[in-house]
Amino acid sequence: MAEQNATSPNTAARIAVRKTYKLYIGGAFPRSESGRSYEVTAADGSFLANAALASRKDARDAVVAARGAFAKWSAATAYNRGQVLYRVAEVLEGRRAQFVDEVGAAEGLDARAAGLVVDAAIDRWVWYAGWSDKIAQVLGGTNPVAGPYFDFSIPEPSGVVAVVAPQHSSLLGLVSVVAPAVVGGCTVVVLASEERPLPAVTLSEVLATSDVPGGVVNVLTGRTAEVAPWLAAHMDVNALDLAGAAPADVQALEVAAADNLKRVRRPDPVEDWAAEPGLDRLRAFLETKTVWHPVGI
Amino acid sequence: MVKFEYAPAPESTAVVDIAPSYGLFVDGAFVDPADGEPFKTVNPATEEVLCEVVAGGPADVDRAVQAARRAQDGVWSRLPGRERGKYLFRIARIMQERARELAVLETLDNGKPIRESRDVDVPLAAAHFFYHAGWADKLSYAGFGPDPKPYGVAGQVIPWNFPLLMLAWKVAPALACGNTVVLKPAETTPLTALLFAEICQQADLPPGVVNIVTGAGETGRALVEHDGVDKVAFTGSTEVGKAIARSVAGTRKRATLELGGKAANVVFEDAPIDQAVEGIVNGIFFNQGHVCCAGSRLLLQESVADEVLDSLKRRLGMLRVGDPLDKNTDVGAINSAAQLARIRELSDIGEAEGAQRWSPACELPDRGYWFPPTLFTGVSQAHRIAREEVFGPVLSVLTFRTPAEAVEKANNTPYGLSAGVWTEKGSRILWMADKLKAGVVWANTFNRFDPTSPFGGYKESGWGREGGRHGLEAYLHG
Repeated sequence: MAEQNATSPNTAARIAVRKTYKLYIGGAFPRSESGRSYEVTAADGSFLANAALASRKDARDAVVAARGAFAKWSAATAYNRGQVLYRVAEVLEGRRAQFVDEVGAAEGLDARAAGLVVDAAIDRWVWYAGWSDKIAQVLGGTNPVAGPYFDFSIPEPSGVVAVVAPQHSSLLGLVSVVAPAVVGGCTVVVLASEERPLPAVTLSEVLATSDVPGGVVNVLTGRTAEVAPWLAAHMDVNALDLAGAAPADVQALEVAAADNLKRVRRPDPVEDWAAEPGLDRLRAFLETKTVWHPVGI
Repeated sequence: MVKFEYAPAPESTAVVDIAPSYGLFVDGAFVDPADGEPFKTVNPATEEVLCEVVAGGPADVDRAVQAARRAQDGVWSRLPGRERGKYLFRIARIMQERARELAVLETLDNGKPIRESRDVDVPLAAAHFFYHAGWADKLSYAGFGPDPKPYGVAGQVIPWNFPLLMLAWKVAPALACGNTVVLKPAETTPLTALLFAEICQQADLPPGVVNIVTGAGETGRALVEHDGVDKVAFTGSTEVGKAIARSVAGTRKRATLELGGKAANVVFEDAPIDQAVEGIVNGIFFNQGHVCCAGSRLLLQESVADEVLDSLKRRLGMLRVGDPLDKNTDVGAINSAAQLARIRELSDIGEAEGAQRWSPACELPDRGYWFPPTLFTGVSQAHRIAREEVFGPVLSVLTFRTPAEAVEKANNTPYGLSAGVWTEKGSRILWMADKLKAGVVWANTFNRFDPTSPFGGYKESGWGREGGRHGLEAYLHG
């Protein structure tokens, strides 16, 4: 971490410039409209930073931004989305050292272990980026209906996805829930790990400096129990990933989500973020559209 | 009507740096030939010599195949798909970064308009690597079993009409699936393949994964017939394709072949005529007609034949034929003297057999290999220009009355690569698509290519498909 530099003899005179950790909404970095923040500590209990404590209003603003970005992002060609998302991986790689520091501090890992986690997160992003122009070829297809019709089914994005990010895996887990939603064309409001939010803020800086349009991914930091219910109940949110929701809260969030029949991805009993994820999360936020057309002279 | 004059808009060649001579690219380095002989490659638009390259001999081919085998056994087959994919992503990115250089070099060596190499060949080639990079770690989802395996060493022989793009169609899927390759570019267009070798070096691709042996037919034959090759991939003439099919018969080798075509472009009376005329022009005059899937047989419904022909002739009068490096050029140079001779011969036969020849008034440059856009009317199905692949800017026009007759005529060919249908009626498009024996059917468009879209032919147009999920099958077994 930057603080460590201050203790080395050569740079003892220099005081590090610290970063303000803010929200990421619509491509901008606002503080919480509530003016609140909360203390984020490392795994060892030492102070790391004050993070913005997002409010109900921040969550609603984020949904507005995600909805605003949906039309263009979902209409982009799969090739274009793939290019843009692969670019994110390139920029992630360039920030590797910073992520290793932040993930190490947040998750209490030494540099080597944190490095492996960051590598896996970058590779996970690349894996999902590559799916953009292949999802339809694997999940879609023609249907041999018994009549003179050409009939085919294609996947289409559900819309705005609210994501409760995993609480423990601050970067690999986060990437593993954000990437599958955006690669399919959805836009996302993600509520970062409550205790370990800093890698998420840095990820938002990566997104802001890649070619991802503002609003495609919006990042909130704060209290999961405070903000998640508003997202779950929001009538302009189409889907909900409960990966990081507390087991005791899942049922209430699902009940809230039922008001507009959000597609809900329940948390797995045991999430192994290091394992290859499969298509489950990709599929979770895709609709199937079937088109019929007559065949004849 | 105001006539607009075009100012010259030449693309600068300063971006390319062509060495006086090139060796072969084997095991990660440019090497002198063991038994190959030098030959010259020329700019077909000026007949100027661009540089000297090597016609690889049997010992050169053998060395390249051995390098590919070592790389396959020692490195490439041991890398997880996700790491192979990263190399392909790198290559895609470097191709994008060096796009202008590749485009200018392609146009110099091939004669195609810079507008096409810049806007079609190079971006599509990069996209092909990008697409397949993403497959490298997803092969278990491609439908070929839970853990599909590469064949091993692929011997690949490509044509001169889309040198870099055909390289991408061959190399990208082969590498993504875990094969290593020895590629032989066409005799007349080796330069972008040699620049690609440099791109592999910049990407730090492990030595031997890609090997490039330049040369002509004999070099290609040595490669295809080499015992160390597990998989043969060829794009080119049906005649050579058949020879390859015979040569792999009885061996363990797998082969995919992308061969000739004589595509019908069928225009119904309810077609959007202006759009169809653009599509007809694109179908046969794109890339000087050096396109295996070119729409070289135009089938017009009788009721609109005169209208379409008038409009087509007017449009052909607007085509700009000339300097391929000029950004306003529509039709560039014929790739070689030999190809020009073939186009002239078949066109003369067309006239001799009784078809009526027409070309717009256009001035052709004094030097270089040129042939004006040409169409033949009064063509019958028995005429050689209606049956044989001209592989040049020559369109044969036939007519039909009913959809059934259109299908009959369209399918009356030993080829089956592609076809076009022009009608505003969706159900008729699908009915035609159902009846046409062709691997690709374009409706109200023509000559569209995309890395996600499988390409390849029925019948004597070849074996297998390239591109898309289906194309992976050429380089995998379950």
